[in-house]
Amino acid sequence: MSKQYETVIGLEVHVELATKTKIFCGCSTAFGAKPNTQTCPVCTGMPGSLPVLNKQVLEYAIAVGLATNCEITRYAKFDRKNYFYPDNPQNYQISQLYLPICRNGGVEIETEQGGKKTVGIHEIHMEEDAGKLIHDEWEDCSLVDYNRSGVPLIEIVSEPDMRSAEEVIAYLEKLRLLIQYLGASDCKLQEGSMRADVNLSVREAGAEKFGTRTEMKNLNSFRAITRAIEGEAERQIDLIEAGESVVQETRRWDDAKGESYAMRSKEDAQDYRYFPDPDLTPVNVSGEMLEEIRAKQPEFRTEKMARYREEFDIPDYDIEIITGEKALADLFEATVALGAQPKKVSNWIMGETLRLMKERETDASDLRFSPENLAKLIALTDTKQINSSVAKEVFEAMFEENVDPEQYVEEKGLKTVNDEGALKKTIEEVIAANPQSVEDYRNGKEKAIGFLVGQTMKAMKGKADPGAVNRMLKELL
Amino acid sequence: MANVISDETIEYVGILAKLELSGEEKEQAKADMGRMLDYIDKLGELDTTDVEPMSHVFPVENVFREDVVTNGDERERLLSNAPQEKDGMFVVPRTFE
Amino acid sequence: MNIVDMTATQLAAAIRAGKTTAVEATEAVLAQIEKEDKKYNCYVTVDADGAFTQAKKVQERIEAGELTGPLAGVPVAVKDNICTEGLLTTCSSKILHNFVPTYTAEAVLNLQKAGAVILGKTNMDEFAMGSTTETSAYGPTKNPRNTEHVPGGSSGGSAAAVAAGECIYAIGSDTGGSIRQPASYCGVVGMKPTYGTVSRYGLIAYGSSLDQIGPLTKDVTDCAAVLEALASHDLKDSTSVSREDTDFTAALAEDVKGLRIGIPNDYLGEGLDDEVRAAVLRAADVLENKGAVVERFDLSLVEYAIPAYYTIAAAEASSNLERFDGIKYGYRTEEYAGLHNMYKKSRSEGFGEEVKRRIMLGSFVLSSGYYDAYYLKALKVKALIKKAFDAAFAKYDLILGPVAPTTAPKLGESLADPIKMYLGDIYTIAVNLAGLPGISVPCGQDSKGLPIGLQLIGDCFQEKKLLRAAYTYEQNE
Repeated sequence: MSKQYETVIGLEVHVELATKTKIFCGCSTAFGAKPNTQTCPVCTGMPGSLPVLNKQVLEYAIAVGLATNCEITRYAKFDRKNYFYPDNPQNYQISQLYLPICRNGGVEIETEQGGKKTVGIHEIHMEEDAGKLIHDEWEDCSLVDYNRSGVPLIEIVSEPDMRSAEEVIAYLEKLRLLIQYLGASDCKLQEGSMRADVNLSVREAGAEKFGTRTEMKNLNSFRAITRAIEGEAERQIDLIEAGESVVQETRRWDDAKGESYAMRSKEDAQDYRYFPDPDLTPVNVSGEMLEEIRAKQPEFRTEKMARYREEFDIPDYDIEIITGEKALADLFEATVALGAQPKKVSNWIMGETLRLMKERETDASDLRFSPENLAKLIALTDTKQINSSVAKEVFEAMFEENVDPEQYVEEKGLKTVNDEGALKKTIEEVIAANPQSVEDYRNGKEKAIGFLVGQTMKAMKGKADPGAVNRMLKELL
Repeated sequence: MANVISDETIEYVGILAKLELSGEEKEQAKADMGRMLDYIDKLGELDTTDVEPMSHVFPVENVFREDVVTNGDERERLLSNAPQEKDGMFVVPRTFE
Repeated sequence: MNIVDMTATQLAAAIRAGKTTAVEATEAVLAQIEKEDKKYNCYVTVDADGAFTQAKKVQERIEAGELTGPLAGVPVAVKDNICTEGLLTTCSSKILHNFVPTYTAEAVLNLQKAGAVILGKTNMDEFAMGSTTETSAYGPTKNPRNTEHVPGGSSGGSAAAVAAGECIYAIGSDTGGSIRQPASYCGVVGMKPTYGTVSRYGLIAYGSSLDQIGPLTKDVTDCAAVLEALASHDLKDSTSVSREDTDFTAALAEDVKGLRIGIPNDYLGEGLDDEVRAAVLRAADVLENKGAVVERFDLSLVEYAIPAYYTIAAAEASSNLERFDGIKYGYRTEEYAGLHNMYKKSRSEGFGEEVKRRIMLGSFVLSSGYYDAYYLKALKVKALIKKAFDAAFAKYDLILGPVAPTTAPKLGESLADPIKMYLGDIYTIAVNLAGLPGISVPCGQDSKGLPIGLQLIGDCFQEKKLLRAAYTYEQNE
């Protein structure tokens, strides 16, 4: 490659909102229901049915707009986007084209070089999700499930301000955190509650004009996004170098094959014939409504990090990790509020919680144990009723099914034995059985005591306070 | 006739509207649409500079519903009119490549 | 008096007085249908069993004193584009030949609350697109006053059924004159209420911003009673308006003293049949003699209403009718190769010629490059037309004119030239564009014995003024 190229990227991010019901009808949005059991005439396009807007959708959309520094459109409308596809029961999608709810915003991200840069947000609009198509291998047909049809989405359209996969990931992380903090969505890429389409073009370094862009769909992990961006930039550069031109088109990323292919069809005119939906009335955002939503905006990550530094004596690194997931920060604060010492709470989160999350591939938002139980567990160790290895065992049970640690310790008989007589008797037996180690210790090998403590703990089936064992051993020796 | 509708246009509109016209129907549709558009072109006589397009006649605004689940499982009813169903879902021609 | 010749108000009074019963009334009307409908083809579906079941229940409730209104126990016919749970609803189209809704339109629920007995579903122009009821996939309806003539449309089956005594009253829908014009042709009363007065939930949409359900009755008294029952603020229809003044029967008084009535010169010009003009002016004299102040004036923009209407209605229809795709309900073609071929064949075979014509036009005016020139332009003209009416209603309480330029044409004369057919809607269409209420009242007949209709148009929400003037005219005709 003789010339230097620059990659120009804009993102269309779809976020499923965390409402209880769909955007235009009273059907549940809960995951995992049997096909078509969360449907009604409205979300299945029955003739004569009519949509009515879920107020919570509007409030979430405005809240996200405020969090991303957008102007809120005070007089917004819904439009119909017309295209035929079986997952789209009306064969038009209710969306916003002419007067979207938010415009002209932006968020700040950190670049690889450690600098800061703003990624502009062109607009945010509200729309409805499509149903799900399942391929039936036996009958060589497809099956339609409308449970997801009508689930509320916001689409966040960025300006073409990103220049690398790293910036794209930083931007997505930033959006994810803002939206999670708002409680407007759990933003899980893998489950599809956050989806990104990548608009990408390349141009010679220093060129003013943008190149022809392609749109890539079906990117459901950060890894896929990174690979797709790198692959597509390379494909476009190869075309240009070979003297060919890039075609403006939509491409589907195949992560397994590591390549994209054009989604083209003669029957796909890509002419959506948008027009204002006559079935829905305009949205007039009053100053009062706006202020109410503004007043409810939560503390976002940057502010939270600053407050943690001020209030809690925990390392910056811990703060970084804990505030990196809204669910972890909530857990941390709730547990501290119950009286647990911040550093200890932080240790449990940074240590065992993250370890098990990684091992079990659990998302922070799916953690099962309550702050109450974590506080109880910390209290049990604080009061030396259980030792740290027992605590880990109890924690694992909590992680699995949110057991009450007090009850669990009681039932399983895991309490540390604080009976001095019994402990003394066991230690004497250990001393008697391990003359070599005793000798070593007396000869100044401090380390030998570790072995003796271990033997004692083993004999006590772990239910002793290692500190107390250590102290008593030293006395007896 | 000022508006002449080409074969390509009728073909294109057929793709948008998912209608397939026979040769004879196509000729008829071309003529009809041309005449209708000539007639609609009459609107061009009116100066509509600075006129706001009116989609709703009344200023009814902010019609919302609360975020409360009101619907239960209506699958049987939903599928009662389906031309073809399987496993509680609508059957359609294969959509995946 | 024969039951089938009674008005709803008379019949309900007779039932309340114990002179007859809802079941007897239902029997009488079903017998009339049995006797006459082969000639007229008013109905697509007659639900005799269902009607008897309802009549028995209603009779019990009347006897228990629970139902006392002017519609209790009275048999009604419902246009076949209004959904009725468990009862075939076809829109007179092949594409819905087997569609049985699982829900009932709000308007019909309101009638049922008032004790209505649903007889069946009336024939119409396919998807309400037409002015003659000849575009029905189930054969044309014939005008009971002269079977060589059309009954008008699109609510031709409803109007003809009222005229033929095949129901006591009926409901229809009016998008560009579809209640008023057939009422005029068949010599019955028909009213299109202010947009938003009657819920559209369950009305299979043609032009959503224009469609309203309304009554077709034997006299103005019934018209007021039926509209009173139909009107409601429905939370399922975002465009439904909350009104306090829906006690329309309270307006039934002979009193037009000082009422300012304007006759647009534009409604008496070229194209208007002389006999129709004479009848309408005679009617104006009747009102003037009763104390109304009648004047001629220039409404302006009348000739622009039709092109604006056909652009808007066709655009909305092209989108509204996308849901008929052979997947969820209705007709699916027998053989097809793949998804898009299935769509195209099902829709091409399922829709009739006039429907396809309007879908094609609507898709075109919304397509890329034409939206501004056609659709947006039409919405701007709509705003101008509304303004012209506002100016007229600053001077007049009501506008008076003909319903249609001629009396009912002969069968087979209209469809050959669509533009000529569309021109027949010239006096009714602007009312829908401006969302106004309009009523058609019989005002004599032409030399061939065909009925002529007088149209009164009110400002938004002024149905009471309309009904008062119509009632006064009817009493002094």
